Amino acid sequence: MYAVEVERLSKIYGRGETAVTAIADASLQVKPGELVAILGPSGSGKTTLLTAIGLINEPTRGRVILDGTTIADDGWLPEIDLKRVRREKIGFIFQAHNLIPFLTALENVMVALEINDLTKREARARAVELLEALNLGHRLATYPSFLSGGESQRVAIARALANRPKVILADEPTAALDTENGKNVMALLKKLAVENRSAILVVTHDHRMVEGFDRIFDVRDGRIMGER
Amino acid sequence: MNLAFRDIRYHRGRFILTSIGLGLLLGVVMSMGGIYRGLFADALSISNATRADLWVVQKETSGPFAAISRIPEDIRYRIAAVPGVAEASPLSFETIQIERGGKPFRFFLVGYDLNGFGGPPVIIAGRGIRQKHYEMVVAQGMKMGLGEKVRLGLHDYTVVGITGKMVSSGGDPAAYVSLADAQEIQFKSDNDAIRNQRERIAARLAGLPTLSPPQTKFLEQNIAALTESTHTVNTVVARLAPGANLQEVQERIGHWNHFRAISDGEQTQILTKGMIEKARMQLGLFRIILLVISAVIISLIIYTSTIDKLRVIATLKLIGAQNRVIIGMILQQSLLMGVIAYAIGYGIISLTYDRFPRRVELVAGDLQTLFVIVIVICTVSSFVGIRKALRVEPAEALGG
Repeated sequence: MYAVEVERLSKIYGRGETAVTAIADASLQVKPGELVAILGPSGSGKTTLLTAIGLINEPTRGRVILDGTTIADDGWLPEIDLKRVRREKIGFIFQAHNLIPFLTALENVMVALEINDLTKREARARAVELLEALNLGHRLATYPSFLSGGESQRVAIARALANRPKVILADEPTAALDTENGKNVMALLKKLAVENRSAILVVTHDHRMVEGFDRIFDVRDGRIMGER
Repeated sequence: MNLAFRDIRYHRGRFILTSIGLGLLLGVVMSMGGIYRGLFADALSISNATRADLWVVQKETSGPFAAISRIPEDIRYRIAAVPGVAEASPLSFETIQIERGGKPFRFFLVGYDLNGFGGPPVIIAGRGIRQKHYEMVVAQGMKMGLGEKVRLGLHDYTVVGITGKMVSSGGDPAAYVSLADAQEIQFKSDNDAIRNQRERIAARLAGLPTLSPPQTKFLEQNIAALTESTHTVNTVVARLAPGANLQEVQERIGHWNHFRAISDGEQTQILTKGMIEKARMQLGLFRIILLVISAVIISLIIYTSTIDKLRVIATLKLIGAQNRVIIGMILQQSLLMGVIAYAIGYGIISLTYDRFPRRVELVAGDLQTLFVIVIVICTVSSFVGIRKALRVEPAEALGG
């Protein structure tokens, strides 16, 4: 079973003569534990594809199947609780980390767990375990404003992994980092994909960052042009 | 995890300053309520302390507080003789302003019959008036010590006792002297005026050829005695015997020429509705305006705070946070701000209300009502922020 299946997915903004096709007939499958890159220049539609898979942006046509459950079939299926699916099956990593500034590193990870109805004690234990695994055990009580870019991104990764999601979606996760930190983050994602059996989809425009990925999809003008 | 508390903890400086500002505003609202209650208490202070059932005043006046009333002192005996009246006692009232320590010193002088009632209701230091002349009991608000002297009219008066927070309806502290002293202070002319008056009477009588010298002399003396008499009072208060019918007694006295009998209830109406109604409405309106300002400020603070957190809210939505988590964060912050501001306001007003120049009465019921209003305002104000937050799309968390 695939972790992510996208079949002939299209996203069209507007109608009639003003309609703009952001994605056209995109199809891809990602297995659990695979690290996949969606590579393309700015405006190619790669983030739109990611947001459609992440249940943020409703596709106009096509199907999205996550962990065997059909979520969208020419639009969201009404019986699907999108928030719940996002909470339980998807982890997000952002370009700008998006850590909550008034929560410490530990609390930033705990919040994702508590939202998913874990008790405070369980959430704390899991968050500490994750942060220590990412070499952030000494930064638990530190606020994001005092973390370096690399540390912040690792906290964001810990938060994305917190609920053991089937799918991790990363939107330009290295864009705010220098090359060395960027490569470290990518290496870490690869390691986590294998360890956690999560499918990881990384959107990036940077060719240098996709070394060692299992598969790479090239996106141009809203179309998947090929797979490497 | 309580996100509201954690946001406040992180931005505690801003939150504390905002709460203090809001607290000061609520403190003003509380003080307005206290002043409003104080106006009532002040207006009724002497009236209530007198514990009279009837106030007999000059006909067609609403005296003795709201209008000038002058009636002869000896009417007390006639009033006391009315069936149903247990006792009657004359009182005189006068607002006096003198210089003390180079500053204007204003107070409300009450003259009472030492053998009657209407005197200081309680003595908290010193003693009551024992001598018929030149002793006085003053209210706490006059800030005078025992043994201190004050010159009124032609004589010095010594403070022999201190009574409680007795004030006039205008808020001036009260001082008590014997009726005879009060009458002298209020009605006795100075020596030059008496001499001039006597000369005027003598000159007029001398112009009457029909009067013999002994008759002229006799008339001079009697007219002078009448015009120089100080046996006038502002009111005679009466207490009824148990079981007596107030309305009957009131009607009976009302049938007399020149007098009006006002019941204690009517006197309260005159004092509260007539004398302080406008001040009461003014304060009430001011309180409403302040509450509206508080509501606008709380709304703006919550809205601004929500705007600052739009990316956080989008991130929370993206990671699957339910609406209740976001609503809870905004609502709890708003309520916490209201509660802390209320506590600050209450603390400030509790520490300072005794220092206000006029009485500020903090009534538990008023404070509880204000607390409920503050909670309602905070809840309603937070809707502005909640509405904005619920419209935030999770996609807004994406991008640089």
